[in-house]
Amino acid sequence: MRIAFVNTLFKLAKKDSRIILLTADLGYSVFEEFQEKLPDQFLNVGIAEQNMTGVAAGMAIEGMKPFIYSIVPFATMRNFEQIRNDICYQNLNVKIVGVGAGFSYGPYGHTHHGLEDVAILRPLPNMTIFTPGDPVETSLVTTEAVKMQGPAYIRLGRAGEPVVHTVAPQFKVGKGIVLQKGKKVALIAMSTMLASTIEVAKKLKEKNLTPTIVSIPTIKPFDNELILDIFKSHEYIYSLEEHFAVGGLGSAVAEAVVTSNVSFKKYHMFAAPDKFSKVIGDQRYMRNDNGLSVDQILKKIISDTS
Amino acid sequence: MQDKKLLEVSKKIRRSILEMSYKAQSAHTGGALSCVEILVALYFKTMKVFPKDPYSEKRDRLFFSKAHDAKALYAVLAERGFFEKKLLDGYEMEGGKLPGHSTRHCVPGVEISAGSLGHGLSIAVGSAFAGKLKKSNHKIFAILSDGECDEGSTWEAILFAGHHKLENIITIVDYNKLQGYGITTDVLDLEPFGDKWKSFGWNVISTDGHDFNKLIPAIEKAKNSKGKPTVIIANTIKGLGGVEMHINKVSSQYKPPTKEEIDEILT
Repeated sequence: MRIAFVNTLFKLAKKDSRIILLTADLGYSVFEEFQEKLPDQFLNVGIAEQNMTGVAAGMAIEGMKPFIYSIVPFATMRNFEQIRNDICYQNLNVKIVGVGAGFSYGPYGHTHHGLEDVAILRPLPNMTIFTPGDPVETSLVTTEAVKMQGPAYIRLGRAGEPVVHTVAPQFKVGKGIVLQKGKKVALIAMSTMLASTIEVAKKLKEKNLTPTIVSIPTIKPFDNELILDIFKSHEYIYSLEEHFAVGGLGSAVAEAVVTSNVSFKKYHMFAAPDKFSKVIGDQRYMRNDNGLSVDQILKKIISDTS
Repeated sequence: MQDKKLLEVSKKIRRSILEMSYKAQSAHTGGALSCVEILVALYFKTMKVFPKDPYSEKRDRLFFSKAHDAKALYAVLAERGFFEKKLLDGYEMEGGKLPGHSTRHCVPGVEISAGSLGHGLSIAVGSAFAGKLKKSNHKIFAILSDGECDEGSTWEAILFAGHHKLENIITIVDYNKLQGYGITTDVLDLEPFGDKWKSFGWNVISTDGHDFNKLIPAIEKAKNSKGKPTVIIANTIKGLGGVEMHINKVSSQYKPPTKEEIDEILT
């Protein structure tokens, strides 16, 4: 996703000198070409995320289109108040890019995990939150982020996420993408869980279950309409996210449904439980420790539906 | 002899500040009174401003980071003709246009929303960086409180401006030496204050923040800086021109004038 992001931004930045990429000293082996070809549009501010966020606000006041980049916790938590006051309160055209969603940096320990970002950014007025599920969606949201005015956050995985969309889907801000229409079971995936969700669906097909698959590339504004349609037309509905259960995709789904008059049979959130992981390991290992592996998800759905 | 007109304007500003403070029974009066001459020197003498075209691309920008003292900024902007003076009556009042902490574009001329300390300098520095990229001629001014120099984010911005040699930014610290709960040297000593800025790559000018004959030349000198940002450490007195018992006291941060006090000051 990181590569798709930087390639798309590089392409657009070549045509628009107002785009400027700011990093808090990260991006080794990823940003070199951007920096070399567009030196006036690249700025390493040093390891100072609060200042980076304020500086970006100042640049946006002057009509520039800054993108600020760091690992999820440092891009959204260290500088949270600058995001709130300097960017959202002033409704400035700054884009925040967090790399390492969920357990992408699994072995590094919890300081580097990205499990709270959506929850803390969702309450902020003026904020748009993009949660692309694969490199294709990443490219689409990056293009949209350049076009739109106002604050936005782009939540990226790390590297090597598989391409899910073989053809670029229709994309609109605030709209979900239906990848497959099925019956009875619906899987709603956000961000880094999209590829696993496709795997789960494939395995369900072997059991003669064809689920509906939805990707949520924008968690704010949220596609309430699509979610309610899904609840009306399915019996077993699951949300899947590599994020704490509080405040993320599952919460957004629950908020939409509870405040409507739609009734439903079974809804379950697959999300990281309320704990700091005591183990370390790669993303697959960490997901397994947090009940988010393909097999754990599959087992639960099969048990619910049989 | 100081410029008579500037002295008269300052007197009017102080009255406005005290009236707002009394009417809203608001805090943050001492720090508004300590930066009166700084703001008057900028808006009436040294800054390029266009009250009828407040966001002209050519304007010098002022980023007022010590936004809790917004009363002073509002009074000066109104006096300079950015908006009607009667709007000052709405300071911190229900349905009024002037929040206790100044908010971007709440009235013409207010450049940024601030209020949480340690944010304004980064924004100013970002604006200065953009101005340099665009090869613009305007200057960027930032007014900071001494208290907000406790914040780490302020020093991130100082480090950044020094590194990038942002000669187009001029920071003025309203160094009244009193913060929320005490004297700065007791709470968290900033000294040697000027040396700290200097070691971060800034020109440092220390001056009397109430004397136009010192303040104006300092600002003019800072405007001509080459290759370095400049900080003017303006030595001021918190609460100057306000209620006598609160002058140079922590209480000036919190106590609005009483009926008797305001009557005495205004007559």
